[in-house]
Amino acid sequence: MPYLARRLLTFPLILIGVSLLVFFSIRMIPGDAITAMLGTESGLLTPVQRQALAEYFGIDQPVLVQYGRWLSGVMQGDLGLSVTHGRPVLTIILERFPLTLELALLSMVIALGIGVPAGVLAATQSERPSDVTVRIIAMLGQSTPGFVVGLVIIYVLSVYFGFVPTMGSFVPIWVDPLANLAQLIFPAITLGFAFAASVTRISRASMLDVLSDDYVRTARAKGVPKLSVVWHHALPNALIPVVTLSGVEFGYLLGGAVIVEQIFALPGLGRLTLEAIGQRDYALVQGCVLFIAFNFLIVNLLVDLAYAALDPRIRLGAR
Amino acid sequence: MRILKAIVAHPTGRIGAAIIAIYLLLAVCGYFGFTPHDPLQQFRVDRLKPPSSSYLMGTDLFGRDTASRLMAGIGQSFIIAFASVGLATLLGTIIGLLAGWWGGLLDGVFMRSMDMLLAFPAILLALLIIAIVGPGTATSVVAIAAVYTPIFARVVRGPVLTLKRRDFVDAARTFGSSQGYILSRHMLLNLVAPLTVQVTLALAWALLTEAGLSFLGLGTQPPAPSLGLMMSEARNLMQQAPWLLAFPGLTIMLGILGFNLFGDALRDILDPRSQGRSS
Repeated sequence: MPYLARRLLTFPLILIGVSLLVFFSIRMIPGDAITAMLGTESGLLTPVQRQALAEYFGIDQPVLVQYGRWLSGVMQGDLGLSVTHGRPVLTIILERFPLTLELALLSMVIALGIGVPAGVLAATQSERPSDVTVRIIAMLGQSTPGFVVGLVIIYVLSVYFGFVPTMGSFVPIWVDPLANLAQLIFPAITLGFAFAASVTRISRASMLDVLSDDYVRTARAKGVPKLSVVWHHALPNALIPVVTLSGVEFGYLLGGAVIVEQIFALPGLGRLTLEAIGQRDYALVQGCVLFIAFNFLIVNLLVDLAYAALDPRIRLGAR
Repeated sequence: MRILKAIVAHPTGRIGAAIIAIYLLLAVCGYFGFTPHDPLQQFRVDRLKPPSSSYLMGTDLFGRDTASRLMAGIGQSFIIAFASVGLATLLGTIIGLLAGWWGGLLDGVFMRSMDMLLAFPAILLALLIIAIVGPGTATSVVAIAAVYTPIFARVVRGPVLTLKRRDFVDAARTFGSSQGYILSRHMLLNLVAPLTVQVTLALAWALLTEAGLSFLGLGTQPPAPSLGLMMSEARNLMQQAPWLLAFPGLTIMLGILGFNLFGDALRDILDPRSQGRSS
């Protein structure tokens, strides 16, 4: 079976598997939903009250029935009710998602804007000082955790420039684009730093491979200018692995950059998940995890489709 | 010995090996308490002291010696990283070996389960496990192992699918070797190279994930020292005591760098096709 058909067929199966994993993992938490919701006050409930609540939440039913009901709710966009927020889980998630999406996009622009030219430069100047410098910076970038970069940025900004990035509330881009950019640019640089390092390394490796291909040698032999060989002949093919890497990294970032959102106090999806765990708001944890995993799967599927479109060997099942 | 010599000869490999050796020494000293001061002892009159001859890397808000806490923190981080990667290697290798060797339904069930785990971004899977079990050192080990097990299973399964069709496996069968013997001797020995590279790179990521989880307050719990936790505690003091931010930050970065350099060098040595491409 061709790779694409196989990939599309297994996608719904993995989605169902993920929903099962999320549903049953949350139910492995000690204590039932009523205890989780009311905490120590659940001890004050009479058996009749407890039974009534169990019926209301549907947890008196067999677990498979509960799963079926939950899944049918999920299909209709009902991820349940958040205990701490007192509002539908999906509404809360959709409020937080624009920030996470914008942050992921901005980080990707920074990473590709720096990583691809740096990788191409290093490959074309292989083993020369500029290549070595790019490789050292990329290796350091890949080895530095986001929270170290983020805290150093905050330290430098506050101590040397007397500037503290806006934290707490989020200004959407359609309300005030400049304020929005001022708020997101430093978290995006933080995330983009390691991302750019990975893009640089993979661009360089891929470019080195392509530059040694016969068709590039032929173009050179025909007298095509060096710059044209690099940018027009070699780069489009060298970018295929970069597309895959960027897609996967983008999928990760859509899951919310928990640590960076925490450092810059940004109300994104990652921080929402973290808060839900701290508050033991299981409906919200379950909703966030499912939403993030779903996004991640969709992005990965799109990356595979893009990869197949760019590389006919995969489309035709030769992988 | 041949690989050791090759690593020493590799320009970045020897830097990575040296960093790892120094960190291992610090980790052992930190874990067994051979530190300049007790990492938990509070010298209340010496709170937030900058680096000096008495306190090489200064003291924190509670007057605890930063250098001693860093050494103990490296010990703690290494234990979690090695335990989680060890667990992931063991589980991933068993799953990958069985799935690749037997194929069919078992392969389908095992590998689709691994795909499901891979469908979660790493930190999210760790958060989900921590939400269920609660934060702590053991939970960090399980959470990080759960993230890396599918990767090891994939790394092992691929070569097994190719190796099981090779002549030497047929020869071993003809000589009456049991399946267990073939799997444990012939297969595993051939998997040492890809597994070693993967283990080294996974250790770098495990150190990063452990530090991240501790930074979020979901890994090692205070007052036990941990590199991520120290960074988190330094956040509100960075203007008064920048050394509290600088030393743990540099320690985490250098440690991860060591494993990355070592892993890349190993990949160059064990897989000549990747020579010069990875670094």
